[in-house]
Amino acid sequence: MAIGQDEIEKIAELARIRIAPDQIGDVTRRITDILGMVDQLQAADTKDVEPMANPLDAVQRLRADEVTEENRREAFQAIAPAVENGLYLVPRVVE
Amino acid sequence: MHDKSVAQLIAGLHARQFSSVELSRCFLDRIGRLDGAINSFITVDESAVLAAAGAADQRIAAGGAAPLTGIPIAHKDIFCTDGMRTSCGSRMLDNFVPPYDATLIGKFRREGAIILGKTNMDEFAMGSSNESSYYGPVSNPWDKRLVPGGSSGGSAAAVAAMLAPAATGTDTGGSIRQPAAFCGITGIKPTYGRVSRLGMVAFASSLDQAGPMARSAEDCALLLNCMAGHDPLDSTSSELPAEDYCARLDNSLEGLRIGLPREYFGEGLAADTARHIDSALRELEAQGATLVEVSLPHSHLTIPAYYVIAPAEASTNLSRFDGVRYGHRCKDPVDLHDLYTRTREEGFGAEVKRRILVGTYALSAGYYDAYYKKAQQVRRLIKQDFTDCFEQVDIIAGPTTPGPAFALGAKSDDPVAMYLEDIYTLAVNLAGLPGMSIPAGFVDGKPLGLQLIGRHFDEARLLNVAHRFQQATDWHLQRPPDPAGEES
Repeated sequence: MAIGQDEIEKIAELARIRIAPDQIGDVTRRITDILGMVDQLQAADTKDVEPMANPLDAVQRLRADEVTEENRREAFQAIAPAVENGLYLVPRVVE
Repeated sequence: MHDKSVAQLIAGLHARQFSSVELSRCFLDRIGRLDGAINSFITVDESAVLAAAGAADQRIAAGGAAPLTGIPIAHKDIFCTDGMRTSCGSRMLDNFVPPYDATLIGKFRREGAIILGKTNMDEFAMGSSNESSYYGPVSNPWDKRLVPGGSSGGSAAAVAAMLAPAATGTDTGGSIRQPAAFCGITGIKPTYGRVSRLGMVAFASSLDQAGPMARSAEDCALLLNCMAGHDPLDSTSSELPAEDYCARLDNSLEGLRIGLPREYFGEGLAADTARHIDSALRELEAQGATLVEVSLPHSHLTIPAYYVIAPAEASTNLSRFDGVRYGHRCKDPVDLHDLYTRTREEGFGAEVKRRILVGTYALSAGYYDAYYKKAQQVRRLIKQDFTDCFEQVDIIAGPTTPGPAFALGAKSDDPVAMYLEDIYTLAVNLAGLPGMSIPAGFVDGKPLGLQLIGRHFDEARLLNVAHRFQQATDWHLQRPPDPAGEES
């Protein structure tokens, strides 16, 4: 399936990845190649075949709703790019 | 010491022929002298290695040693190591020092094994050549102009070049087996859920599995004994108890039925590779196995299904890298949107971005049924092919790759050509089966791998077949030239 440059821009926005204007053509071409290969799937007869999400058809295991983890906020925030007073800093979101 | 097997090193440590400190120094020295030529390690912490080795020596002296106590083991830089940088081969995690250990790392630490270092890899394990690493490509020790395979290329090259006795890797679509084949070593991808994924940076969560890479099946079994088992912290970890993977290594192959999928021996397989695979199969036949032709009729849909499912899962998993909590963050973001988009533009390499974009597309409104749902339906057909085969045979065998290692740069500009390299390995991950690669010959001095595929949780049988093969052949004992040989 051919995919347009505008569609790549839309997907990149959904994926929150900036693509430099001079690279968008190249990215579009390669993704078109990949989707072209993937399109072989369309010829497969999958009528009445149940989709498979887990190779062992396992179901999600749930644990008891108990507190098991200690609070390690300081250790986790020590590796963050920017923190202050125990909070993660990001550019202002609300004026 | 550097050319000894893990089994021999264990015996040597216990017989006090050498200490763990001496053994560790030997490998640190080799890494220091030789790794410049192949680039298989990203991080080595000498003082931590020697401290752990000293503690291991004390434990051995006190009589409380576990099987791997004192053995240096290299780990793919995808496993979180508490206090030691875990980059996943990416600029995104170049500054990431995890505050915890992966379950697998914790198991090795408790056993007293030495974390020798963190090995190079394709960025976020996405690649078949180790050329997508932020830390530069790895060279194949057999010929430095060749790729080592990927994504666990650093682990494979380090083990082949005897810079480590053994290593860990991960395999989402062939990332243990293909580099093992290209570098002439032995590697096993266990059944999905056999080894914990906790603390292993996620690529495609329904496919990812960790396993050992070493110079023999016996050494892989020794490592798997430490790695396998249920982990309550990984919700997809199997509750089936692990077994002693060394116990059945010597079993006879008499009566073993080996299926040869005709789709794995047809068009696309290089003739000289096919000849070596055939000789290897004759050896197994000589030991009493029966060769049976089987069919995996949906094989041609493996690559398309994989390249929807794996990127879809990757696009979801890699959304966590946002420049807020850890890892790379762009400079001077003007707003939150700029922070996200520029951090991810700078932090991810080209192949990782491509897969995120393909996955985002496959999961987006209007395309979900045509791509993601369709691929999951095909996935079931592929798994059913194997289920049908395993009604007739005990294991499946064939080539690991269509041919030997290719030249650095040969396919790095053509993603689809690179994807085709994994034609024989991807289906095993889609079906969640155990698969391994063992050395089976050379074409023009380049190693080849024989792939063995088993039923779910039948790792012990694969290791048994591989071990018996290695008792009768010496492909796994061939060694590449000294990595620094040409320079010195």
